[in-house]
Amino acid sequence: DSYSGNKTFDQTNPRAPIAATIPGKCSQHLRASGSAALRERLRGVKHIVVVLSGKGGVGKSTFSALLARGLAADEGKQVALLDVDICGPSIPKMMGLEGEQVHQSGSGWSPVYVEENLGVMSVGFLLSSPDDAVIWRGPKKNGLIKQFLRDVDWGEVDYLIVDTPPGTSDEHLSIVQYLSASRVDGAVIITTPQEVSLQDVRKEINFCHKVKLPIIGVVENMSGFICPNCKKESQIFPPTTGGAEKMCQNLNVSLLGKVPLDPQIGRSCDKGQSFLSEVPESPATSSYRNIIQSKS
Amino acid sequence: MMNLKGNPELTPKNLMRPLKNYGIACMSMGFLIEETAPVVWRGLMVMSAIEKLLRQVDWGQLDYLVIDMPPGTGDVQLSISQNIPIAGAVIISTPQDVALLDARKGTEMFRKVHVPVLGLVQNMSVFQCPKCKHETHIFGADGVRDLAKTTGLDVLGDVPLQVNIRETCDSGQPVVISQPQSDAAKAYLKIAVEIVRRLPAPAA
Repeated sequence: DSYSGNKTFDQTNPRAPIAATIPGKCSQHLRASGSAALRERLRGVKHIVVVLSGKGGVGKSTFSALLARGLAADEGKQVALLDVDICGPSIPKMMGLEGEQVHQSGSGWSPVYVEENLGVMSVGFLLSSPDDAVIWRGPKKNGLIKQFLRDVDWGEVDYLIVDTPPGTSDEHLSIVQYLSASRVDGAVIITTPQEVSLQDVRKEINFCHKVKLPIIGVVENMSGFICPNCKKESQIFPPTTGGAEKMCQNLNVSLLGKVPLDPQIGRSCDKGQSFLSEVPESPATSSYRNIIQSKS
Repeated sequence: MMNLKGNPELTPKNLMRPLKNYGIACMSMGFLIEETAPVVWRGLMVMSAIEKLLRQVDWGQLDYLVIDMPPGTGDVQLSISQNIPIAGAVIISTPQDVALLDARKGTEMFRKVHVPVLGLVQNMSVFQCPKCKHETHIFGADGVRDLAKTTGLDVLGDVPLQVNIRETCDSGQPVVISQPQSDAAKAYLKIAVEIVRRLPAPAA
């Protein structure tokens, strides 16, 4: 193989067996039938929130990471974050967990813990290098998602946040199908105020209706930029059609909040730090805290 | 973004006629389904839809066919890379590390399927406050240039974050056509020149 990267992840043959590409023998005793095993695994999970977006690049993973951190600020709560964006797993970097590996125990795969009460799982932990590209067709991706849900020993969890890839594809169908064995509180849809992004949110909302996934609400991200120099607000992605607010009114969906653009958000995510703790005085932090409080 | 709507007509040979605006022929899934209808398909159906959009269209003689790909490295990207001869790929990213992680995977994917990568474009590179002209690198600075250095690729250009780009896209009047003298339009045109320079000369 001329590609010297991780050999187990460069197969494009959809019929290649999944088990051969997953490290370790931990899934042996859990290879029992699908949904019963899934239901059992997720029995200790009280609330499941799926984070969706229509378009890519609207801040979905950023939101998932900060939502998880915000909820875990209450030390009495156990929070888990599952990253099922197999092609573009951003969560390990955002949580400062690059280079971490998954550990296997008798009871399954162990999530990687950022804090004692915040565990994370992502395909990123299974790659030998963060530069490895996972170029898989649908059936293989679905197989891995199922294994994440079935083989990870989450334990007793108050909130399981599921970060998804953008759009409406194989992975989303599978996630909804696999989670239907348990109670899913619903979906949070992230968008920017721009019409082109809202168009895709309308599709996401239709998707949720079709697969009977309740919609917790919509978050309008990158909603205004405050110039660090003059402190005046500019609308980089102006809501010419009324933004998420108008769309939510029209479609009878809650607007959970608006988060402004703060360059420090991107910076903390790149460094794997919590923006909420690093920049507590930012208006973006207050927006996040309001959204999290209203949700929990 | 191209201000086009409607279902394509069929030619006598049963090919779809692309919709045209600004002298550019366009084909998209968006012309075949309702605006708010989600396309929630498994991989195989997506592949056959891509076939339709590429081969069952009466393109006529074209110098350039530009393919806008969805994000990621999955079914769509594989189907396209494996089924048609691509002259080159251009990878767009914001300067943010997290975005670059994915851009880098994109370059790996194209290397794997033997598609030449013409270069990288640094998008949303800098924002100028319209009130005080102060420049802010909202998504970081120069991330794409650093990636270019480590991967041995060229940076084809930077596109600043400007409100007029978004406004004209949403209103279906691409900034290159509606405001050709603007900084944004010039940035795009400069990149276009760089792309053409790197394409192989067409076969005689």
